[in-house]
Amino acid sequence: MQVSALNPASPEAGHLLWLWNACLWVCYAILAIVTASLIYIPIRFRGRNNVEPSQTTGSRKLEIAWTVVPILLVMFLFVASVVTTGAVYPDPGRKPDIVVTGHQWWWEVHYPSANVYTANEVHIPVGRDLLVGVKAADVDHDFWVPRLGPKMDAIPGRENTVFIRADTPGVYRGFCAEFCGNEHAWMLFRVVAQAPADYEAWLGAQARPAAAAAGGDAAQGSVLFRQMTCANCHNITGLNAQQQFAPDLTHVASRRMLAGERLENTPDNLRDWLHRPNILKPGCYMPDLKLTDQQLTQLTAYLETLK
Amino acid sequence: MSDVPLTPGLIPAEAAHGSREASHWLEWIATVDHKRIGIMYLVTTLIFLIVGGVEALLMRIQLAWPGNTFLTPEEYNQIFTMHGTTMVFLVVVPLLLGLANYLTPLMIGARDMALPRLNAFSFWVFLFGGILLYLSFMSGHAPASGWFAYAPLSEKGYSTRYGEDYWALALLGIGVGTIGTAINLIVTIVNLRTPGLTIRRLPLFVWMVFVNSFLILAAIPALNAALVMLLIDRQLNAHFFTHVGGGSPILWQHYFWAFGHPEVYIMVLPAFGIISEVVPVFSRKPIFGYAFVAASTVAIAVLSLGVWAHHMFAVGLGKAWDYAFGGASLLIAVPTGVKIFNWIATMWGGAIRFTTSMLFALAFLFTFTIGGLSGVSFAAWPLDWQTTDTYYVVAHMHYVLFGGTFFAVMAATYYWFPKMSGRMLSERIGRVHFVLMFIGFHMTFFIQHILGLDGMPRRVWTYPNYPGWGVMNMISTIGAFVLGFSVLVLLWNIFVSLRSGQMAGANPWEAWTLEWAAPSPPPEHNFDLVPPVHGRRPLWDLAHPGEAQS
Repeated sequence: MQVSALNPASPEAGHLLWLWNACLWVCYAILAIVTASLIYIPIRFRGRNNVEPSQTTGSRKLEIAWTVVPILLVMFLFVASVVTTGAVYPDPGRKPDIVVTGHQWWWEVHYPSANVYTANEVHIPVGRDLLVGVKAADVDHDFWVPRLGPKMDAIPGRENTVFIRADTPGVYRGFCAEFCGNEHAWMLFRVVAQAPADYEAWLGAQARPAAAAAGGDAAQGSVLFRQMTCANCHNITGLNAQQQFAPDLTHVASRRMLAGERLENTPDNLRDWLHRPNILKPGCYMPDLKLTDQQLTQLTAYLETLK
Repeated sequence: MSDVPLTPGLIPAEAAHGSREASHWLEWIATVDHKRIGIMYLVTTLIFLIVGGVEALLMRIQLAWPGNTFLTPEEYNQIFTMHGTTMVFLVVVPLLLGLANYLTPLMIGARDMALPRLNAFSFWVFLFGGILLYLSFMSGHAPASGWFAYAPLSEKGYSTRYGEDYWALALLGIGVGTIGTAINLIVTIVNLRTPGLTIRRLPLFVWMVFVNSFLILAAIPALNAALVMLLIDRQLNAHFFTHVGGGSPILWQHYFWAFGHPEVYIMVLPAFGIISEVVPVFSRKPIFGYAFVAASTVAIAVLSLGVWAHHMFAVGLGKAWDYAFGGASLLIAVPTGVKIFNWIATMWGGAIRFTTSMLFALAFLFTFTIGGLSGVSFAAWPLDWQTTDTYYVVAHMHYVLFGGTFFAVMAATYYWFPKMSGRMLSERIGRVHFVLMFIGFHMTFFIQHILGLDGMPRRVWTYPNYPGWGVMNMISTIGAFVLGFSVLVLLWNIFVSLRSGQMAGANPWEAWTLEWAAPSPPPEHNFDLVPPVHGRRPLWDLAHPGEAQS
């Protein structure tokens, strides 16, 4: 099995892996010495009879040796860490390309250049160092994509930054790594790394307002969306809702997962989520609006049009 | 086993066994005897250990497979908060204070602690603090923002019920008790040493307790101050730790870890002291490099006050912080390594006796080395950016605190139980206990290193069904139950041995520090006559007259 943090997909994570290996071999060497001693010495010097052994009390030379050698080793690790820091954290010197904001329990993702908002899905073009601004809306969170680079805390009243980059297209797991209350477990997200052209196409599509519902269940659903107070928390650009308290739904049907990766985004799951959010994700802030079967059908139909 | 031949008549045979008589429970409540207080600490912590252990098992059941619904997230968060708080504040620290309480006066040839009533006060305030913490369940909601209670999650806006208030008040009380004990130990060690027992001849356990007490005095006030500020925030609507209104969530982290990292060493230094007593006695040699073991303790204590921000490498404080605190944290590896090597060198050329106590000491050396080395991988701060707040940390800290401190406490239990009770613990059951605990521990925690590196965050009530995660968590859960069972074996051993264990006599291990000159269990006044002290090993010197004193 290839463990995420040790399977880098970016130069940043690669630098960290190099340091990891250096540290690991130092530690292995010391552990090997200690373990070998702990096996060999008790066997060789096990007490056989009641004769007391010779009473040695110390050796200045040995003490110096096992003080100086570890000092050299930690100096090496210190220098290696400083070098790695420089490689992973160049001075940004610019505004973030993407701003992620941790909310209890989802990630708001904002592309300032295109004024696009989405949630729990960070699309990036491959082969570019992207500066991510990391903010928090309520309590502390932490933005972490193990294969792409270091984690960074999201703290209220502060904007941190971290570089991420992916060199091959693909989907990378992301986590909230700072304890943030009830549903810390389901505050997952994904990074979707795309070829630059695909990325631009995606960004362009996300920047468009939501299409008006053509008719039928979907049109009824769009009316319900405003009537049933959904619009108090969720934004749908083009439908006159502006709140960012909860995930932006302008293009919700284009996303792969729902509710911090709790569910795959299928029509059935979406309906289920509207029906019983507090069973699927206990403690979350999405209320159970006691929707009727017909209302569920209409709302699901409308949300499914938001590609 | 034969007693060390003391000067005849030094210990009146049965006259000293006054404490043998059945005692009224009121005597325990009213007592200011350091031994009884020590035993009350140990019994209380044993009860809290069982409670905290059950909480751990509940967590492991919930995490046994992905998507389990045994606990709700609200329940899980209360339980993991209570598990951490219980184990740190109600088990490990008071367990070590209890041992220090019992042993320090005996080891320095004193009749009691210097301030016996302060001693009783410290114990009772600790006990009631613990009870107050658990009363939070009756308020409907135990604290649920972690043992570290990061603001603003622990603030009124996000923790609307009373759990966090109970938490802060309880810890405040416990903190006052801990400070009282630390002052008491310092005064005792400075003033009540028997003639001849100079600071350079102190048993290393006492040395480490001494250093540890100063560390407590430096660290706990930071927590107490922060707890008061948190209470003011919560009850009087101040804004110390909320950025709305001008406070700073990061300020809480600084306060908490300025306490919290020294706290780690508060939980480890006395364990180093235990190992420094047990390994020499069962190797039949004096400690190798006494002065270096003692001095490295001071080095660790001083460094530990300047490393707290290594818990905050992911906060984004900036490179200067990373370099300073990462560098200092890396340096701690040096004095810690010095200790490990000295303990190993103590065994070299010895005549090692494989008692259960010694087996636990050997297990400590192995496990603590792993925990220490994984600690180095946090001090190298760029690695911390990957590993912090994942299960890798859970593995690391349990290697240090369970495989380290708790294995040392187990070594201490088998070593000093005869002194406290007058009876030996069963070595036969002890071996079963040791094997189960060693296997259970490594089975539970080793695999968590890998889970963390694969991205599993800490403090999650459940997790997605990623490849391998279910299997690894199940292995960990099974290990936890083996571990839980091993604690039952220990309890059984204590129960059986108290009733029908072999009589210990004053000095069953042929050890050489002063507590073994007193009868087992010692009378209320400890010693009728304290043996003369001319070196570090007074009873060895008595048994080997004419040899050069060590």
